[in-house]
Amino acid sequence: MGFARVIHPHTLPLLADTRANPIATPSLFLGSTRTLRHTLTHTRSISSAQRRSVVAAKVSDVKLKPTTNLLVTKEEGLEVYEDMILGRVFEDMCAQMYYRGKMFGFVHLYNGQEAVSSGFIKLLKKEDSVVSTYRDHVHALSKGVPARAVMSELFGKTTGCCRGQGGSMHMFSAEHNVLGGFAFIGEGIPVATGAAFTSKYKREVLKEADCDHVTLAFFGDGTANNGQFFECLNMAALWKLPIIFVVENNLWAIGMSHLRATSDPEIWKKGPAFGMPGVHVDGMDVLKVREVAKEAIGRARRGEGPTLVECETYRFRGHSLADPDELRDPDEKARYAARDPITQFKKYLIENKLASEAELKAIEKKIDEVVEDSVEFADESPAPSRSQLLENVFADPRGFGIGPDGRYRCEDPKFTEGTAQV
Amino acid sequence: MWGILRQKVGGATCLSPQGVGSHMLRLRPVTSALRNYSSAAKEMTVRDALNSALDEEMAADPNVFVMGEEVGEYQGAYKITKGLLDKYGPERVVDTPITEAGFAGIGVGSAYHGLRPVIEFMTFNFSMQAIDHIINSAAKSNYMSAGQINVPIVFRGPNGPAAGVGAQHSQCYAAWYGSVPGLKVLVPYSSEDARGLLKAAIRDPDPVVFLENELLYGESFPVSAEALDSSFCLPIGKAKIEREGKDITITAFSKMVGYALKAAEILKKEGISAEVINLRSIRPLDRATINVSVRKTNRLLTVEEGFPQHGVGAEICASVVEDSFGYLDAPVERIAGADVPTPYAANLERMAFPQIEDIVRAAKRACYRSGTMVATA
Repeated sequence: MGFARVIHPHTLPLLADTRANPIATPSLFLGSTRTLRHTLTHTRSISSAQRRSVVAAKVSDVKLKPTTNLLVTKEEGLEVYEDMILGRVFEDMCAQMYYRGKMFGFVHLYNGQEAVSSGFIKLLKKEDSVVSTYRDHVHALSKGVPARAVMSELFGKTTGCCRGQGGSMHMFSAEHNVLGGFAFIGEGIPVATGAAFTSKYKREVLKEADCDHVTLAFFGDGTANNGQFFECLNMAALWKLPIIFVVENNLWAIGMSHLRATSDPEIWKKGPAFGMPGVHVDGMDVLKVREVAKEAIGRARRGEGPTLVECETYRFRGHSLADPDELRDPDEKARYAARDPITQFKKYLIENKLASEAELKAIEKKIDEVVEDSVEFADESPAPSRSQLLENVFADPRGFGIGPDGRYRCEDPKFTEGTAQV
Repeated sequence: MWGILRQKVGGATCLSPQGVGSHMLRLRPVTSALRNYSSAAKEMTVRDALNSALDEEMAADPNVFVMGEEVGEYQGAYKITKGLLDKYGPERVVDTPITEAGFAGIGVGSAYHGLRPVIEFMTFNFSMQAIDHIINSAAKSNYMSAGQINVPIVFRGPNGPAAGVGAQHSQCYAAWYGSVPGLKVLVPYSSEDARGLLKAAIRDPDPVVFLENELLYGESFPVSAEALDSSFCLPIGKAKIEREGKDITITAFSKMVGYALKAAEILKKEGISAEVINLRSIRPLDRATINVSVRKTNRLLTVEEGFPQHGVGAEICASVVEDSFGYLDAPVERIAGADVPTPYAANLERMAFPQIEDIVRAAKRACYRSGTMVATA
């Protein structure tokens, strides 16, 4: 019965004002420990009754294996690095463009959290779905939406991925299965649960036997207190849906500190309360995130049900470009800046001889060009025409589509008598 | 006419308790009386109409599934989904925990991927817990994604007051949902409406809010053979003229159509010929039919059970003023529920919703036949 562990919460100054009493060192944050606890891999072999008593795996300090057995291959490493650089450079460019007036409205940047997006999304197939919040530019980019399409969308041009009708907070791509982009926090979680429900439905009812598409729902620490989150934890576990709930805990919901808003700040614990594993991982380290993601995605694909993953991460910029970001302690920001995921990963790649400085610089240069090109493209793209205002409200505004005679079916006079054949 | 035809044809027709009055409800314009109807004497309750529509659509398309509280083993809180669990299994008739926001969102998410969910709210009052999903993730998604992601979902359930269920179970949501671009809002009255509109809603590629009425579930209406056909559909956005007239236009939807028809009978005896329009669709609103009718009769009376301010009647009045002001011979009359949360006491509840006398009185007022002013609610 070695799996039923009681994880003692650290003696955190839960009610303390974080400004006056900042968290001492990053590694003591909210239960991240130095000792390696057992991982999720053991859960497969135990019975379901025992499985329910597994409190969690705290995979926060996965000891990186010796260099002969690296966590990534060179190709994978470079792919992930390129994705993280793309996320960072793109977001920085967004800030520039916003202050130049090319972008407007609400823009929420992802700087500092790239490890979560790249760590998870680069493991997905094209048919897997991603649902995000308003901080969705980098999720869309990681999933494969071209930088040009995202930048044009942000500029409000008709060549954007949503023809300029969505905007920063509503990135949709049917081709890449990016299902939004939601401004209301918590709104994406049931939608993601529905996408996972579809995957299961396709396998069981429509008999598409190999449908193992998974869905990732990204959201923040503030959302973890919202009712819809708990409703979906319950239903996802109840129906064993192939979904992974990824909490990007960056400690702040605009100006509300997570510790001030939450009775029990350890979000991963909410998973086992609903019957699914809850994992806490260092979200500033892309390799650790990737390891946890592999396990969780594997679980979902095998039909074993959902997982809740809490990634401890940090946003280097304010909540949005309109946020003066005065409440966060500069020391805290400095500490996390020292753990910049890109710098860490670069160091790892070079030290483990997976890539040379020159190769990495070449990637950075390439991404610079991609992002600059996307800005040029967006700049030169036309704004939507006036007639676009009324388009796309309905998929089929007149209902029933067009009949064989080329006219709208509902204009057939026989329709009103209720006798027309459809 | 129609009633007489029926009595001649169907000697064995059993008229339901409402049937005595209902045969009058089926007065058809002269042209259609010449149609060759085969024995259309079959009657069907609205409940059976909805059940058969769901059954047929689920049989025709495996992507259609039903989700909601008590839809499966309980056979439906109002027995609308009776028998479907046995026929289609628990994967397609999904009993949910009490999580409106959650399962409405799950429905939307599955619709994003091409399934066709029919989400049942036990009453539309509970839809307020899920309204974020109905509006923000269902109605707006096709627009926000510029046509990439459409949402072929149906939200259905009883709407409006029942009998003595109190303030929190009695609100009418037609006006709220009717104001949102991206939604289609349907309000069936008869069994034929229920069948045709529900089938149309399920086949429609856009989100549809389908507002039924609990008190109509048990009412029986005659259905034609065409309506019983499994490919029968009614168009969305077209109102139906239930009764032709020339003196005043009365628009109504859902249960109020029945009241309006009965009021029309009473008015006929007083020499006022009322045209009753069954709206069938709140969004898109069939402004054309309403305006053509008002241009013919020159007077308008709107009837609804919902709250008066910003209601469906307000919208109809405004649209008629916009389109046909010159044709109006009298100010438009608007009858709605009282501007109070619904009381519980039976006599107070009766006063809080339009009754047949109210419709008659307002119609006479519009025709300048009565001298008394009725106090506004």
